[in-house]
Parts: sequence; C-alpha cells; structure tokens
Amino acid sequence: MAPVDPLQGKELLKGNVAIAEAAIRAGLQAYFGYPITPQTELLEHMSLRMPQLGRTFLQAESEVAAINMVYGAACAGVRVMTSSSGPGISLMQEGLSYIACSEVPVVIVDIMRGGPGLGNIQPTQADYNQLTKSAGHGDFHSIVLAPSSVQEAIDFTVLAFDLAEKYRTIVFVAGDGMIGQMMEPARLPPMQKVRTTRPDWALTGAKGREKNIITSLYLGGEVLESVNQRLQAKINRIRAEEVRYEEMLTDDADILVVAFGTTGRIAKTAIREARRQGVRVGLLRPITLFPFPFAPLDELSKRVKAILVVEMSAGQMVEDVRLGVWGRVPVHFYGRTGGVVPLPGEILDQILALAGRLDEPPSGELREFVGMSVSVS
Amino acid sequence: MEEQWVEQVVYQRPKSLSKVPTHYCPGCTHGLIHKLIGEVIDELGIRERTIAVAPVGCSVLLYNYFELDGAEAAHGRAPAMATGLKRVQPDKIVFTYQGDGDLASIGMAEIVWAATRGENITVFFINNAIYGMTGGQMAPTSLPGQVTRSSPMGRDVEMTGMPIRMAEMLAELPGASYVVRRSVHDIRTIKESKKAIRTAFRVQMAGAGFSLVEFLSSCPTNWGLTPYQSLDWIKQNMVPYYPLGDYKVADIVKDLK
Amino acid sequence: MQEEMIFSGFGGQGALFAGMVLAYAGMDSGKNVTWIPSYGPEMRGGTAHTTVIISDEEIGSPIVQRPSAALVLNNPSMEKYEPLVKEGGVLVYNSSLISITPRRTDIRYVPVPASDVANELGNVKMANMVALGALVTATGVLSLEAVIQALRDHLPESKHEMLEPNVQALRRGAELAEPVVA
Repeated sequence: MAPVDPLQGKELLKGNVAIAEAAIRAGLQAYFGYPITPQTELLEHMSLRMPQLGRTFLQAESEVAAINMVYGAACAGVRVMTSSSGPGISLMQEGLSYIACSEVPVVIVDIMRGGPGLGNIQPTQADYNQLTKSAGHGDFHSIVLAPSSVQEAIDFTVLAFDLAEKYRTIVFVAGDGMIGQMMEPARLPPMQKVRTTRPDWALTGAKGREKNIITSLYLGGEVLESVNQRLQAKINRIRAEEVRYEEMLTDDADILVVAFGTTGRIAKTAIREARRQGVRVGLLRPITLFPFPFAPLDELSKRVKAILVVEMSAGQMVEDVRLGVWGRVPVHFYGRTGGVVPLPGEILDQILALAGRLDEPPSGELREFVGMSVSVS
Repeated sequence: MEEQWVEQVVYQRPKSLSKVPTHYCPGCTHGLIHKLIGEVIDELGIRERTIAVAPVGCSVLLYNYFELDGAEAAHGRAPAMATGLKRVQPDKIVFTYQGDGDLASIGMAEIVWAATRGENITVFFINNAIYGMTGGQMAPTSLPGQVTRSSPMGRDVEMTGMPIRMAEMLAELPGASYVVRRSVHDIRTIKESKKAIRTAFRVQMAGAGFSLVEFLSSCPTNWGLTPYQSLDWIKQNMVPYYPLGDYKVADIVKDLK
Repeated sequence: MQEEMIFSGFGGQGALFAGMVLAYAGMDSGKNVTWIPSYGPEMRGGTAHTTVIISDEEIGSPIVQRPSAALVLNNPSMEKYEPLVKEGGVLVYNSSLISITPRRTDIRYVPVPASDVANELGNVKMANMVALGALVTATGVLSLEAVIQALRDHLPESKHEMLEPNVQALRRGAELAEPVVA
C-alpha cells in the first residue's frame, strides 16, 4: 500500500507567498510590481521564481509604471498580474480604467493596509469601495474576490485568472495584511503548463491577418456609448453568473452577521461562542465583493430579525447591505479602523447586545436602520 | 519603330501605412514622420512583427494610420506599456511615438526608466514646443518667451524654468544605446531623419537596447504660422536651442554598421 | 483542543521562528494551525511577536485577546503579555533576562534561564529553542518529539549544522519546565 500522506499535500504557507506561487502554477507568464508593505513577500517570491522558470519579472519604477507594463503584457495576450496595497492601487487607477475599457484580462492582488493617506501597514478592509465600485474614472466594475484563509487565497488566485480571461476583465484578489502575513497549512495547485497560444485579439504582429488595435479611445458620443453598453452587458452577465458566498448557521438565525475576508473568519469564532450561549446567529460571508451576493441577502433579510455588519473600515460594505435588505430589518454596524483588527470578543459583545434588543419595537427612525458604532477606543 | 512607353512605379504608399487620410493639420510634420517610419518598416521587412504604442496628444490616433498592430497608452505611459509588450515577446519590434508633453512632462519617469533599463524598444519623440491637441498650451519644450495659450505673455523661465533638452539628458543614462536629435525642416534633415529611424530600428532588431530619435517638428496651427514659415521657425528658433546631432551612439551600435 | 499562544521577544531573539517550528509540528501532526506575526518597520531590536494557534477544529480568528499560553523572552514582552494570559494558562519566561517578578496567582509561571542555557550550549541565539522546549512540556500542546521532528524536517538545508545543537536546546528546555505553582 502506498504510504498515506497525513498532510494531504499541505504545506505551511504565508499568504503572500502562497498567492505568488499559486499564480505561477496557474501559468502566470509575467509579473510587474513595486514593493509595498504588507505585500512585499509576494513580489520577492516572484523575483526569484519567475526568472528561474524563464518567465518575466520586472520591478517597476512605480505602481503607475507597473500597471502600464501589466497593460502592455496583457495586450500581448499573456497571463499577467501585479500586486500592491492601497496607496499603490490608488496610483494604478489610471491604468485600471484604460484596461477596463480596453477589455484585456489582468489580475491584481490588493493586500489592504490602514489608510487614508500613508496610513500604516496593519490590516484593513477600507479599500472595499475603491475596488468594488470603480477602481478608476468612468463606468466599470471589476470582479473582486475576498479570501479569508491562505487556502482560499490560493484557490481564488487561480480562479481569478480564469475569470479574467473568461470575461476579459480586471479581477482583484482582495486580501489584507492579515491574509498576506499569516501562515496556514494549505495545498498548492499542480503546475499548469504555460499557454503557448495567444488569443486572436492580442497584439502579436499583423502577420497574415488584419491589424489588431487595443484602445480605450472612442471619439464619437454614440460609439463610446455603445462601448459602454457592451461593458455594462458584460458586467450584468458577471452579476448573474459569478456571485460567490458562504453561509454558516443561517437556517434558524435571528441575527445575521455579514462580514468578509479576515473579519468573516473572526466573526465565525464569535458566532460559535454566541451559539454556545443560546443566541441564534448566523453568518453571510460574501466571497465576491463584486458581484455582491444580493440574492442570498434578500432571502435572509426576510427571515432574520436584525443584521450586524462587521468590517475593518468605517462602514463601506454596510452600504451594499442596507441597499440589499430594502429596509426590512435593522442593519447595525461594527467597524474598527486604522489597522485595528476586531477581536472575536468585541464581535460577540455586539451580537449579545443585539440579541437583548430583538424584541424592542423599531422606533421608526432611520437611524435605527443605520446603527453606526465605529469604535473610537 | 514605334516607341514603347512603359509606366513604372516610382513612388507608392508604404505598405506599413494605412490607406486613410490623417487628421493632422495642413503643414504639420507628423504626417511626414509617419511616412518615414512606414518606409523604414517596409524596407526592413518587419511590418508583420512590429507593434506601435500611441501616446496621448496629437498622435493619439496613430494606430489608425499604420498597418500595424497598435495600442493606445495612457498619457506618458507608453514606454511602460511598450516594456510590457516587449518583455513578453522579445521577438517583436515595439515602438512608441510620443509628443513633448507626453514624454518630457507627464511621462518623464517612464521614459527615464525605460532608458535606464536599456529597454529594447524604440522611441520616436516629436518635439514641437507646444501642446497641440489641447489647443496650444505651453510645453516642457516651449522656448523662452514663446507665446502660447497658457503663457500669453511669453514663457517666463523665471517662473517655469528653462525648456528641457531630452536627448541630451537621456544620452547621459548608461542604459541608452542610441539617442539622436533630427529635424524635418528641409530635404537634408528629412533624409537624415530617415537614416536615424533606420538605425534606431536596427538597434532594437539586434537586441542592442534603448533607442530614441527626437524630431524637431512643426505646428503651424498653434504657432500661428504658415507651413512654410513653420519650417523656417524650426530652423531659426528651435535648432539653436535644440542642436541636431548624435548624443549617444554606444559601441554596440557602431558595430552594427 | 485549541491552544492559543503568543511568542514575544526582541527582534532577533527568534520568537517568530520558535512559533513557526511549533506551527510546523502542529501541521505535521494533522492539526489546524495559524501563525501570524507582528510585522512592521522593526527589523532588528524592537519587540516582535507572533500568535500561534493549534486546534483540532477549524480556526476562526487567528488573533486572540487572551492567549492560553505565552512564551516571553524579554522584559517588555513580560510587561505586555503577563496580564493577558488566560486564567489557568501558562507563562514561560526567559529568567536570564527578565527581572520582573511574577505578579499573578492564577496562572502557571515557568521560569527558564533560556539565554544562559543557550550560552552553555554554545550559542545564545538558541534561547528561543530552550524556551520552546519548556513551553511544549508545560502545555502538552504537542509531544516534544513531534517538535524535534518538525525542526529536522523543516530547518533549511543551509542551517543544518545548527540542527543538533537546537535539538539539544529543545531537550534542555523541556527538562527545565518544572512548573512553579504560584
């Protein structure tokens, strides 16, 4: 009998390194980036492995240059990515807007850090609006995948390339300092062969065919409107087909916690403890932040008595949740900012406090529905 | 015996240029420089593996005028985009075509770093001392005292600094292999420009590193001059500040000949 | 079983590495583990800590308010984590460097002269392994042999000349882990 591997192929991997290696194994052909904490191990891993494998690695002079190098390589039809953190993503927004309109596939990893401004390097989720609403000027949305473990970081990185190519779109893998810096046992995917063919739209030289042009410039109003309509049709297809989420203990829940990524997993600890104390509470964890899981939220909002949104921000996803529940139930919010990670006990306190107020009649005032409790401790 | 008259083709549109009218103003030398580039691409037989990267500026629609694969870059970022295109397919010939605002102002970091890395791309830098597309504002290369829409009293160098000489500056970078300045204001300078374009492409074909040709180019519309006066203005005003010449010809380039 | 542990010391004392060895041992024993460092500008000299959780179940939060055990190698770490250890928890501390007198009565203190022992064994840098040996024995989170095996399996090839001395350090630490009941 073959010996049984007790680890089932698992290795102890740091999030940043795991993402880098997963991308390589997904057939990444080129990486361009600029160092920024807390994602730098990702770039460092690329700097060693990509040249070893005969693939392209280049440390760019800025995030501005990095995203435009990514844009160029994507125009050549190869699998390409970059990674950064909030300040760098801000610099990339120009390029991202061009890429969105040009419809070339790219994968961007954002390991979020405290902001605004230079902020700090601790984990936050305060790039939610930046990534999900429109990571640049003009009308567009990118697919945003939010891992809550190192294994998911690996799996979503591989998925990101497939989705990017399927829809010719930008896909973000949105982690935070915790996901990037944490080590967990995880299983890497097998090494895929690097694709040798190029899509027919790629810029490979007009040999034996009409020339290909990749641009985001459309001077006529009607022609640009038709481009926008095409982009929006694609985004609607993504909304219909690519929603991903996890539900935990929602069947009988009176209280629904909505949290993603790092706060999603921290909330699980709080929810299990609340259950032990007899509170019927469950979790909706959006995995795609865009497209947001509005349909399951709609269903759950018909059954639960209150919703608690927990984020490492002053309240960004909570706006989507409020939008999605049609005012049926009060939506409360608990957030930590500045790179402070909420501890399970803090979330538990919020759940217990809410559980004690479920029978109170709603006051009818709007603020009941937008209960903000940003901690200022 | 009856004399035979045979028609011979003595001139035709380069295959690398598309059969479309350009949007360039009458007398603007963009079209001329396009033609020179197209002719050289034909002569070198590289049309089917050449990729053009257009800038933001008057030549923003460049990809419509060349029968080449082409991309439109963000303002100033063409060298970064060309870097991406070239690094993943080193067998292709990749060139950018950038104006003075694109290359010498907003895209300063990208051009300096492409040259510093010795990026194996070719850059055509069109210096006409003005922002043409936005309607004639001051450029980084506008001359001292030059009246533009955003320097109506003339460029005040006390306030804005002196115009920047890119060829000289980039030539200082060890990564640059071939950096020259040419003009297109008369037959002699046009012929020399074409030779430089050819050398620049040959540098890239040989994998010899970064090549850049700066052209002094005209903008009759925004200079408020006739096409003929504009050519004279290049000669009288631009050439003295931007001397023509070879600023960097690395040994590896000399060996090409 | 879920053990939630903090490892803390000056940058360079190897608190993070000690945590990582334990995390590897946990993984190799088929447990769920998380290892998360403090990260920041302090590459050398500042205090650095890591949180390691070893559990039979899926781990929710990888950070903890009240660790069930702590391994502290210097005074600032003692100041910070002594009050946070859960009631009935274990505090392993480097008595070679830590001058603070224990102040609680509801946790188990395990003083280990880790730096002195490491010095005797030939390299003060092995204080982390001495303390880890003590922590493993005092908590029973994993067997000492599992930790030694993890070190053998995961120490990079380039550092293999340090393998046996480190194994010795782990064993010495384990021997010293006689709990002083407060």
